[in-house]
Amino acid sequence: MRVEESLQRGWSQRPAALPRPARMVLPSLKLQELIQEIRGAKTQAQEREVIQKECAHIRAAFREGDAPQRHLQLAKLLYVHMLGYPAHFGQMECLKLIASPRFTDKRVGYLGAMLLLDERQDAHLLITNSIKNDLSQGTQPVQGLALCTLSTMGSAEMCRDLANEVEKLLLRPSPYVRKKAVLAAVHMIRKVPELSDIFLPPCTQLLHERHHGILMGTVTLITELCERNPAALTHFRQVVPQLVQILRTLVISGYSAEHSVAGVSDPFLQVQVLRLLRILGRNHDESSEAMNDMLAQVATNTDTSRNAGNAVLYETVLTIVDIRSASGLRVLAVNILGRFLLNNDKNIRYVALTSLLRLVQSDHSAVQRHRPTVVECLREPDASLSRRALELSLALVNSSNIRSMTQELQGFLESCPVDLRADCASGILLAAERFAPTKRWHIDTIMRVLTTAGAHVRDDAVANLTQLIGGAEELHAYSVHRLYSALAADISQQPLVQVAAWCIGEYGDLLLSGSYEETEPLQVQEEEVLMLLEKVLQSHLSLPATRGYALTALMKLSTRLQGDNNRIRRVVSIYGSCLDIELQQRAVEYNALFRKYDHMRSAILEKMPLVEHGGPQDDEPGEGKEKPWSPKREVQSPTEPPTSNLLDLLDLLDSASGDAQPPPALDLMPGDSLLHLLDLPSKTPSLAPIPGLKVFDREGLQINLSFVRPPETPALLLITATASNTSKSDVTHFVFQAAVPKSFQLQLQIPSGDTVPAQGGPPITQVLRVLNPNKAPLRMRLRLTYNHFGQSVQEIFEVKDFPLDTWQ
Amino acid sequence: MMQFMLLFSRQGKLRLQKWYVPLSDKEKKKITRELVQTVLARKPKMCSFLEWRDLKIVYKRYASLYFCCAIEDQDNELITLEIIHRYVELLDKYFGSVCELDIIFNFEKAYFILDEFLLGGEVQETSKKNVLKAIEQADLLQENQNEDWGGLSDDTL
Repeated sequence: MRVEESLQRGWSQRPAALPRPARMVLPSLKLQELIQEIRGAKTQAQEREVIQKECAHIRAAFREGDAPQRHLQLAKLLYVHMLGYPAHFGQMECLKLIASPRFTDKRVGYLGAMLLLDERQDAHLLITNSIKNDLSQGTQPVQGLALCTLSTMGSAEMCRDLANEVEKLLLRPSPYVRKKAVLAAVHMIRKVPELSDIFLPPCTQLLHERHHGILMGTVTLITELCERNPAALTHFRQVVPQLVQILRTLVISGYSAEHSVAGVSDPFLQVQVLRLLRILGRNHDESSEAMNDMLAQVATNTDTSRNAGNAVLYETVLTIVDIRSASGLRVLAVNILGRFLLNNDKNIRYVALTSLLRLVQSDHSAVQRHRPTVVECLREPDASLSRRALELSLALVNSSNIRSMTQELQGFLESCPVDLRADCASGILLAAERFAPTKRWHIDTIMRVLTTAGAHVRDDAVANLTQLIGGAEELHAYSVHRLYSALAADISQQPLVQVAAWCIGEYGDLLLSGSYEETEPLQVQEEEVLMLLEKVLQSHLSLPATRGYALTALMKLSTRLQGDNNRIRRVVSIYGSCLDIELQQRAVEYNALFRKYDHMRSAILEKMPLVEHGGPQDDEPGEGKEKPWSPKREVQSPTEPPTSNLLDLLDLLDSASGDAQPPPALDLMPGDSLLHLLDLPSKTPSLAPIPGLKVFDREGLQINLSFVRPPETPALLLITATASNTSKSDVTHFVFQAAVPKSFQLQLQIPSGDTVPAQGGPPITQVLRVLNPNKAPLRMRLRLTYNHFGQSVQEIFEVKDFPLDTWQ
Repeated sequence: MMQFMLLFSRQGKLRLQKWYVPLSDKEKKKITRELVQTVLARKPKMCSFLEWRDLKIVYKRYASLYFCCAIEDQDNELITLEIIHRYVELLDKYFGSVCELDIIFNFEKAYFILDEFLLGGEVQETSKKNVLKAIEQADLLQENQNEDWGGLSDDTL
């Protein structure tokens, strides 16, 4: 009768209650009665009540020290413990039971120790002595119990104490004890690696054993030794022939009732040996050579109709690909994995996918052959399989299969579980980037991904697509038509909406001028386009960033469309009072473009030049959307640290002359700053020579200021502070801070360093930008801190005598 | 190596827990809770393996019991399925057509049998016969010793 069936049957045939032996009723329940009663409890509260009552009995019994019943009480406690109730008061009882001469006591005691004691409690050390006694003097079953407990919960300390006892048991006659001793050694080495020295020598002899249990343990022990110690690894390479022989005996000897599983001889041992061979053969030609034939034999002869055989085959494949195997053998291994992929058993398909994924880099062409099957696995309903299939499929994409693979992956994207969407989407986009056969295909692919899984793509997908479209001039018309249609159909997918808005803004004229040859003739009216963009602007589905795109697009259309711009102007002015700061700012600026700077509007809103892939936007005037933002960011980033410096300085300078400055607030005032900040970052100042000024000189450290006033920006003064050192000692930890009167604005850029080496070493320079729109007389308060001649120095002083040209 | 094995019912009740790594009671409870939830949520057609934290979980359902093992990255999942199956066969042979109730009412025996098959998270005996023989002898030893002591104690736990 098969196990599964028998298990099913059990339910109906079991009597409701177990027969009770006829004897004196004891005050507390027997184990099985207790279990019965607990199971009979209808509520959690009732169960708790029963258990609490019984635990009280158990505690009392422990206190009374009733030796014959102790094991019963502990057994009950262990049951209760499994249900999740506290059982720590049983720990000492375990010790007592283990120390008892009775086997029953020891059996339960050791079980209790394994369940209740662990290395975190000091109590666990108390059993060391009992274990030692049992190991040296106990009967075989008792030795077995001791070894088992040691291997389950033995701490490092215990292992150190008991190593010698275990060693003695390795070579004693009884296989029952020896097989356990070997595995106990494995545990001990894991806890205390130095014990390898004790347990390495017996291994070679143990490998000659015939008993499968001892062999099993020995192979495990050798594996553990080799994984921890390269010297051991080298040492054990000599046993490769012996391991091969063991394998041969197993494979050839055929059926053995005792050890066979589904026609495979001792699959457990085979797998263990194969694993050790893998470790020994890795990176070692000679060993790999010695095992080559045997591996081929196992790979071809193992019965694959049941899981046991497949388990052995799987381990064989892992070994073949990890060692220096002949190429024919490698191909065989990959083919086995390919066959696994076709197996009905899901588990087999799972391990196949996992293994192929590991191989896809090293044996790419071999794995490629199985691509169709891998792609089939995408359709698996089981998410862990389809995830692996996805990873593997993505790894198999190359320039020759890009179209068909993308097709498959797109199909998968439409129906895959949500948690795989992001990976699938970015995988497709990445593959498209690497292998796109044509730009148009590329654009189509990205569009399709955005339509299917727009919410799951990475942030840079939008930027990538706009860049791609921007760079493909011949496709502008095509792109804008397709994007317009997509947008008209659905305004909810944010990345798509953003790209579409951008495109319509840029190439609106192409959209209106007629159809692109391969798409359907799309007669688009100006009003329709404007309506669509307004719809995006107003929709609650649109993210703030999306609305920004839409607003800018509308703005650009003001120069692309034939009709008058009243509608656009209206929208723009409405958003001038929008609650969203970003939108408000844009709207206000665009308003300014309509009014004060109308003459510049067409220049500013010109089409973007074709950009190079991966490069930042060009910093030329006449750019559209990007411009208002990038200068702001560029100027702001260097000021972040110095801004705080300034505030620190202001805190410490409590001057009554009102030097307090707000941090340079870089809001663009409508009409003004757009222009002047446009110029700030990129132009190198043309020099009108202004005399420099030495402001500090002490013990060889000099600070000199040099000045530049760029002619286009009368309010700006660029100061370069240079700190130089002619003394014999280095100046370190140099920090320069400055403060200016209220009407000025000051920004410090990041200094070139904080150390001026002695004897005229390279100076520190730092640039200060001073804005003085009122042309007030320039004054500055400077604070220096540094270390010089082993002392820390702080200097604060005011500078008043700036050259007139610096501020007039 | 196997880090732990859990047996639990369809209702999530724990029937056996064997831990081969040292963890506090609190951690064990947390892990058990999480894993039980994860495994019970799996649909019947799904494969027997899942990744959980940095371990691989191999589980199989036999009637009303889930057998769930946590193995390490380099361990062979398929052979772990065989390990689970071998354990079930051993239980079946010992109890005679084993069912969940047997394991509930004789949980210590379930542990004893497991301890003759695995040791320290590794397979110690690959012969079914030898495992069952060892249990038999231990049971016998228990009975004989009990007889020496006379009437009071139980001969089955």
